[in-house]
Amino acid sequence: MPKINSSAEFAALRKEVLSSRDPNRPCIAVCTGSGCLALGAANLVTALKDEIQAQGLESRIEVRETGCPGFCERGPLIVVYPDETCYLKVQPADAKEVIASVLEKTVIDRLLYVDPVTGERVVHEMDIPFYQNQLRLLIGNNIKLDPTSIEDYLAIGGYAALEKALCQMKPEQVVGLVKESGLRGRGGGGFPSGNKWEFTRNAPDPVKYVVVNADEGDPGAFMDRALLEGSPHAVLEGLIIGAYAIGAHEGFLYVRQEYPLAVENITLAIKTAEEYGFLGKNILGSGFDFIVEVAQGAGAFVCGEETALIRSLEGKAGEPKPRPPFPAVRGLWDKPTNINNVETWANIPLIINKGPAAFASVGTAGSKGTKIFSLVGKVKNTGLVEVPMGITLRDIVYKIGGGIPGDKRFKAVQTGGPAGGCMPESLLDMEVDFDQLTKAGSMMGSGGMIVLDEETCMVDFARFFLAFLADESCGKCVPCREGIQQMLTILTDITQGKGKKGDLDLLLQLTEVSGASLCALGKGAPNPVMSTLKHFRDEYEAHIEGKCPAFTCKELFSFYIEPEKCQACTNCGRKCPAGAIEGGKNLIHVVDQAKCTKCGACLEACPPRFGAVTRIPGKAVPAPLPEDARTIVRGNK
Amino acid sequence: MDIGRIDQIIDKHGCKASSLIQILINIQSENHWLPKEVLERVSERLAVPMNQIQHITTFYKSFSLVPKGRHEVHVCMGTACHVRGAQRVLDTVEELTGIKPGETDVDLKFSLETVNCIGCCALGPVMVVDGEYHGNLAAGQLEDVLKNYE
Repeated sequence: MPKINSSAEFAALRKEVLSSRDPNRPCIAVCTGSGCLALGAANLVTALKDEIQAQGLESRIEVRETGCPGFCERGPLIVVYPDETCYLKVQPADAKEVIASVLEKTVIDRLLYVDPVTGERVVHEMDIPFYQNQLRLLIGNNIKLDPTSIEDYLAIGGYAALEKALCQMKPEQVVGLVKESGLRGRGGGGFPSGNKWEFTRNAPDPVKYVVVNADEGDPGAFMDRALLEGSPHAVLEGLIIGAYAIGAHEGFLYVRQEYPLAVENITLAIKTAEEYGFLGKNILGSGFDFIVEVAQGAGAFVCGEETALIRSLEGKAGEPKPRPPFPAVRGLWDKPTNINNVETWANIPLIINKGPAAFASVGTAGSKGTKIFSLVGKVKNTGLVEVPMGITLRDIVYKIGGGIPGDKRFKAVQTGGPAGGCMPESLLDMEVDFDQLTKAGSMMGSGGMIVLDEETCMVDFARFFLAFLADESCGKCVPCREGIQQMLTILTDITQGKGKKGDLDLLLQLTEVSGASLCALGKGAPNPVMSTLKHFRDEYEAHIEGKCPAFTCKELFSFYIEPEKCQACTNCGRKCPAGAIEGGKNLIHVVDQAKCTKCGACLEACPPRFGAVTRIPGKAVPAPLPEDARTIVRGNK
Repeated sequence: MDIGRIDQIIDKHGCKASSLIQILINIQSENHWLPKEVLERVSERLAVPMNQIQHITTFYKSFSLVPKGRHEVHVCMGTACHVRGAQRVLDTVEELTGIKPGETDVDLKFSLETVNCIGCCALGPVMVVDGEYHGNLAAGQLEDVLKNYE
């Protein structure tokens, strides 16, 4: 590929790419993001390609391996173009039928989405309620692209913003547009991105750096992974524009090692962008030089914090540094450095292309644009959702997420990662944006949204986060290193039935010392405890009284077989790995509480039509029937 | 690990002290662990003292200073997997392999680790064996999954 040296050559390239494509040629887009790959998408791709080859259809039907469109729950999923017919849970065995339907222009009913309320089948991707209620400005491109093809990205208007910024605008103007758009950092802090760019730009040192923070460590969040895997060029384009605006000539992409496919795709994207002249010397003939390097994280949550990330990039242990000086003044190798999250960078081309006003027309007064959330946990439609800022939690959980599976009761939504907070049912109508979430005692974080139902124990949930943070604390600041450990000990005691009166007050006192830590990990560590204590204090109190109402903490509930319901089917006894169930043919079964390991196998084994195995909060269960009263007397057969 | 190969990796990363982590990641992914002689060679070539290398290799989770089994089992304990029963998956894997997280069995067959989210949250609980993802796991399926690894 010859290098593109000017705006004119760029326009010619795009024309050539578009003219070589027939928009009416059938194309089967298969999601090969990590989620669908885990569900067997690679075999599906092979099956489709084999079938196309067997029938000699290579020139008529294209198979495109794309990034994640978000509906992971129903993967492997495919979209057939040009009609945009969406098939879900497609298996390799379906390949032949899919190819036939493409040729005959028919629709395979059984693979369509079925609306759970109306029972109607939905043909087109955009009409599925999960997608219909979203605004997918960023993630919507994933299914249209093969992430390894720069031409696919050019065909949907890729690198147009780069050309516009570098060839038609001054760097100050670019910074101005980003400021005007109201874009705030998507990594969690929510700092206005344009201002951050300006600080770095105005720092006196002539050598500056730009960095993409793709160390997406929050458990339960994977939007950055989907963007890097599915639309690597969009992130890269945003980064190059930012480097131009800030005056940096070298950039770094810091990707966590747990995301091998993201590393692969972004590395390839950088290589192709260099070949086309979108990276390197004299980009598009503008006189601007810029190179990018990929660095992998080595497994440390704290490296998502910008000063720790900088230390890690320098080849050191990722321990945070006091701020100020901020990285914008003294960052990587003591040079001014601008770090933004993946999603923030991916929004830049959008702002340049459509203008700041169009970007700011979406969202609330203080938070503009869209936000990608990973909607996971106890919700029917798990996956990635991109929504306008200001949408209510209720709309996300019920309209997009489809509600809670198995008719269970909603309990809370957790946002903001380990240092975030839980929002109970009473806050479901809250508008989701940076400021509202903070006001409610949580935070935006990077966008993890974990739905919890009645079976989630909030005390155990808080303990889980504290255990995570204790494990990931780098150990530099005492309040974080020691404070989290103390809180974790108290919480563990409470979940093991060793809670004492006064524990809750002690926990609250401990939450006060955290502000003395250097970074957000330590500062935010008490949040899970504070928010669960605020909204679910009754659950904590129940634990101290020896009962786990959600049947999660093994020491604080019991399995019990209701004698009047037991039909002596013997299922539970055969499934019990601990030999803790007494009984036999025609005998009412009884759980031996001393032997029971609380694994729950008996509950799963008991046929729903009997429903004899139940769980009781606390350790006390009704005394078992005397042995001579256990025989079941059945009516005449 | 062959000293020539270590030098190759070091040179690929420009033999800079700032590339220390990237070099160690590269060696770890090829050799599955970091023997002392390897670290000494890295220390010598990059002119980085051993104590700093020890700091790095113990600070970051992906480095191992002991040999690993033929198959690396990672059970995800992220939030989404946690609320969907990751603990039971882990308990069962521990039972089946006879090892706890961070350990390797005596036959060097399995190494077990927990991870704090691999980004497949929609499919939780998730387990990764040698880079292959297994999603929507129930404890009862695990024996069949692990049986496939020799």
